[in-house]
Amino acid sequence: MIALAQREGVFWMGKIYEGAEAALKGVLRDGLTIAVGGFGLCGIPEHGLEAVRQSGVKNLTIVSITGGTDDAGVGVLLQGHQVKKLIASYVGENNVLMDQFTKKELEIEFCPQGTLAERLRAGGFGIPAFYTKTGVGTIVAEGKETRTFDGRDYLMERGIFCDLALVKAWKADEEGNLVYRKAARNLNPVAAVAARLTVAEVEHLVPNGQLDPDLVHTPGLVVQRVFKGLNFKKPIERRTTRTA
Amino acid sequence: MAWTREQMAAVAAQELNDGFYVNLGIGIPTLVANYVPSGMHIVLHGENGLIGTGPFPLEHEVDADIVNASKQTVTELPLTSYVDSATSFGLVRGGHIDLAILGAMQVSETGDIANWTVPGKTLKGMGGAMDLVAGVKRVVVLMEHTAGDKSKLVKQCTLPLTGRGVVSKVITDLGEFEFLPEGLTLVALAPDVSLNEIRAKTEASFRVDLHGAGHESR
Repeated sequence: MIALAQREGVFWMGKIYEGAEAALKGVLRDGLTIAVGGFGLCGIPEHGLEAVRQSGVKNLTIVSITGGTDDAGVGVLLQGHQVKKLIASYVGENNVLMDQFTKKELEIEFCPQGTLAERLRAGGFGIPAFYTKTGVGTIVAEGKETRTFDGRDYLMERGIFCDLALVKAWKADEEGNLVYRKAARNLNPVAAVAARLTVAEVEHLVPNGQLDPDLVHTPGLVVQRVFKGLNFKKPIERRTTRTA
Repeated sequence: MAWTREQMAAVAAQELNDGFYVNLGIGIPTLVANYVPSGMHIVLHGENGLIGTGPFPLEHEVDADIVNASKQTVTELPLTSYVDSATSFGLVRGGHIDLAILGAMQVSETGDIANWTVPGKTLKGMGGAMDLVAGVKRVVVLMEHTAGDKSKLVKQCTLPLTGRGVVSKVITDLGEFEFLPEGLTLVALAPDVSLNEIRAKTEASFRVDLHGAGHESR
């Protein structure tokens, strides 16, 4: 579909893969820590998650805003008991998850949503820890170092860097430059920088030169593999409408 | 007569100022959007990264990529912008959001708030609640005054805290309380609610200043 780049006679395979399975080939193994983009079911890397499910790898640590639903988002990995630990801010609306959590099969590290996003951003940008006022005086602060700056208390949170990031964007070019669409951007850009290997699935794959460089959200620099997802389901968690 | 949920929302709408960026929580706070005075420019911030939330879509306008922080489908406005989660919460943490109107299960007389979990009940997580109460410039709580016969305005929260000393104002169905330097202060009563009634139904200690400057302070 897209011409592969040629570099001084060396045939460069490029970043474009045929699909999720191809893009994740040789990457998946037990015990990986994976950052997953999306907020609820909005902007989730649904093909990447499905490929991880089908691979059957286990003992995963997943970093994600939510635990998805029973049959979508991170939930597809919980169905197969593939997740050992979930670092998330919200896990409602998922009975499979609750069942595993109650039986202590699944460990959950609750993290305030903004702190979670910042931990990925920091981890991806070389900041091992930072101080925040979020969670001071709550159970989130338990066991964490606190410091007073300018008369106010802050607690220390650690950056997170993952083995793999699965992100979903609207468009990519051959270089892996990404453009997200509307509120589906959410955690995807910070997940993309916070991993050794970032795999992006997109609705539209375009030749280099077709994206406005000024409007790229995530530079291809941090994206190693890209594929065009077919038939995105884009599930809606709470379809709410008004009548005229 | 105590205020209805709608009336509580209308009272809370008096907190809005022209040009405010506002975060509305789930439940009664959502209703405040219906009471924005006409002509006032208010922008609703959704912590999932949608700044400038529009109304729910018509059936044919539904777009899976446009959701609010409650994961409901919404619409965008001509002024809307989108940011990633780290930026959205950076805006919260950095004090760039003027006002948050949130629900709560308990508020203490020192401004502590508990609104994310009840021990023994299903643990769902705090979502963005801890970030919002810690970071937004002014936090206003909208809640029923009592749960059963128990006061929700307490001396000390017994439920796990969302934030410590972060609440600026509480509006219940019985009255309006402001956290002033002098302490928790009752600044307004719902119609036909007596001081005796509200005292009897409130565990927290509070001062009374129904006509004082407290009512207008920000």
